[in-house]
Amino acid sequence: MRLILDIALTHIAGRGRQTLVAIIGVAVGVGFSIAMAALMQGGQDDFVKQLIDTMPHVQVTDEQRGARRQPAEEAFDAAEISGLRPPDDRRGIINPTAATAWLDAWVTGRFSQSLKSQGVVRYQGREAGASIIGIEPETERAISPIVEDFTQGSFSTLSEGGNNVVVGDRMAEKLGARLGDTVTTISSSGLTRNFRITGLFHTGTTARDEGEAYMLLKNAQILSERPNAINDIRIKLDNPYAARDAARRIETQLGYKAVSWQEANEAIMQAFVVRNVIMYAVVAAILLVAGFGIFNIVSTITHEKARDIAIMKSLGFSRGDMQSMFVIEGMAIGAAGSLAGWALGFVLTYGLASIKFELDAGGQEITELPIAWSAAHYAIASLFALGSAAVAGYLPARKAARLNPVDIIRGAT
Amino acid sequence: MTALIAARGLTRVLPETVPVTLVKDISLEIDPNSFVAITGPSGSGKSSLLYLLGLLDRPTNGTILVEGRDTGPMSEAERARTRLSMIGFVFQFHFLLPEFSARQNVEIPMRKMGRLAPREMRGRAEELLDALGLADHRNKRPDQLSGGQRQRVAVARALANDPPLVLADEPTGSLDSQSSEQVFEILRSLVRERGKTVVAVTHDLDMAARMDRRVHLVDGMLAEAED
Repeated sequence: MRLILDIALTHIAGRGRQTLVAIIGVAVGVGFSIAMAALMQGGQDDFVKQLIDTMPHVQVTDEQRGARRQPAEEAFDAAEISGLRPPDDRRGIINPTAATAWLDAWVTGRFSQSLKSQGVVRYQGREAGASIIGIEPETERAISPIVEDFTQGSFSTLSEGGNNVVVGDRMAEKLGARLGDTVTTISSSGLTRNFRITGLFHTGTTARDEGEAYMLLKNAQILSERPNAINDIRIKLDNPYAARDAARRIETQLGYKAVSWQEANEAIMQAFVVRNVIMYAVVAAILLVAGFGIFNIVSTITHEKARDIAIMKSLGFSRGDMQSMFVIEGMAIGAAGSLAGWALGFVLTYGLASIKFELDAGGQEITELPIAWSAAHYAIASLFALGSAAVAGYLPARKAARLNPVDIIRGAT
Repeated sequence: MTALIAARGLTRVLPETVPVTLVKDISLEIDPNSFVAITGPSGSGKSSLLYLLGLLDRPTNGTILVEGRDTGPMSEAERARTRLSMIGFVFQFHFLLPEFSARQNVEIPMRKMGRLAPREMRGRAEELLDALGLADHRNKRPDQLSGGQRQRVAVARALANDPPLVLADEPTGSLDSQSSEQVFEILRSLVRERGKTVVAVTHDLDMAARMDRRVHLVDGMLAEAED
């Protein structure tokens, strides 16, 4: 096999310039695929990380996935019962203490419970519709990044007790209220109570800044006349990727809809899959083009070396030997191109990673491109390159191996 | 005594639109340690017969036995192995690999065979080249050698794996008379001194007359009784 390799290498060496061009072709393909993969993977990882950081990993609400079976349907084995008036159950997660105790027993992570209800905040005769969210500050702090988003006052004022509320800065603006002002909140059941604004937050999401008001869970329960009720449990797991399993388990046990972060962002996750498919299709296309360069050179060599092929066959080289010789030539170019491509890919990725630019939105921030360094990108690009080189070498090699040496010898004499 | 190589009813037809018969119904036996000429006018199928005997080409009909073994049912790889160990070729033109030195060219069949250690291959290649008067040209590449020298390298290469049979296709056809004589002497010494069998295609009747046996072809058929 050494012999075949030696001869193969002299063939390539005999076409230095053309070989170099073919190698550069592969190298550029491999290099750019690596850089592109690093950038795309980096963007994806960055996005997922933000999702994981800001969103609860599992959110349990008091909703159910399907319509509830009516008692009549449970009792009678009928195909369909019409005209039933469904019972008007009290909303909320039933028996929250048992639910949270159960979660506490096995969930590795933290969770918080809250009561979310719709209401109105009124100040100076102006009104703003609001989601009134009752929380427990200690547990909320561990779950929600909102603690970091305060522009005035702070989240911890809620734990001081009393009738305190924190609202989004846009809502305050809409109401004309400022820190320290007392606003009136009206629940959907019509109860009103006064709260003092002790903090303003700015999350950057308009809907939240305009429409959320946080208060102690107890106050929210009183306001909506639902003592001890909660309708939302948010869980942060130590391992975010266990979210699907955890959600499934919770849903089976508690009977309420439990949504993992993956499910909540399914559309985005699917978009990522599509994006990756497109990316690898482009990579494959680039390297296919590089493969044409290899095909070209190996094909030229087989024509040029037809006489040598005949000689070697007459010496006792088999068809398989000839075939592997030219496949090796293609693969050698592919391998050399891959190696050069790794270097190019590394340099490109490094270059991309060191680009810094300023973003004006939300203060002067210096950002860099999210880049993922992964050996897998190098391996995948090389696999594509070697695969295309093998095919590009194989096609002319098969033809060359089938040459009848006698035809060539006859032609030469 | 078994023939070293025997042909039985050998026919080779080129499957063109108008089929061309190169060789027709040839049967012959070649004994070990003989020096055989294949003669005939051009186009009489001399070379075609040689390629068939050398297992380079497959007959359309008939079969070839090498040391009594039928090569007909052999796979392509087996035929290649038989060529490698049993048969050495010398062509009219030298047919060396241009990128390799004389010594490396001689080593190629040995490396393909893979039976000797690298040092032994080198030693044997040098021995063969020296014996053919090429001691000073071992490391020259084919384009640095004269026609006669190249042809002697080709002979050395044909002998690399010490095959019992050397097939030569117009080995002196493109050489001047002095070089021709030299190459002819070498071929004869292979038979006399090394116990090889040499089958040479030639149109040089003087040369053929100095060989042990002559096989004359006309229009692809054995023409006359041999002497």
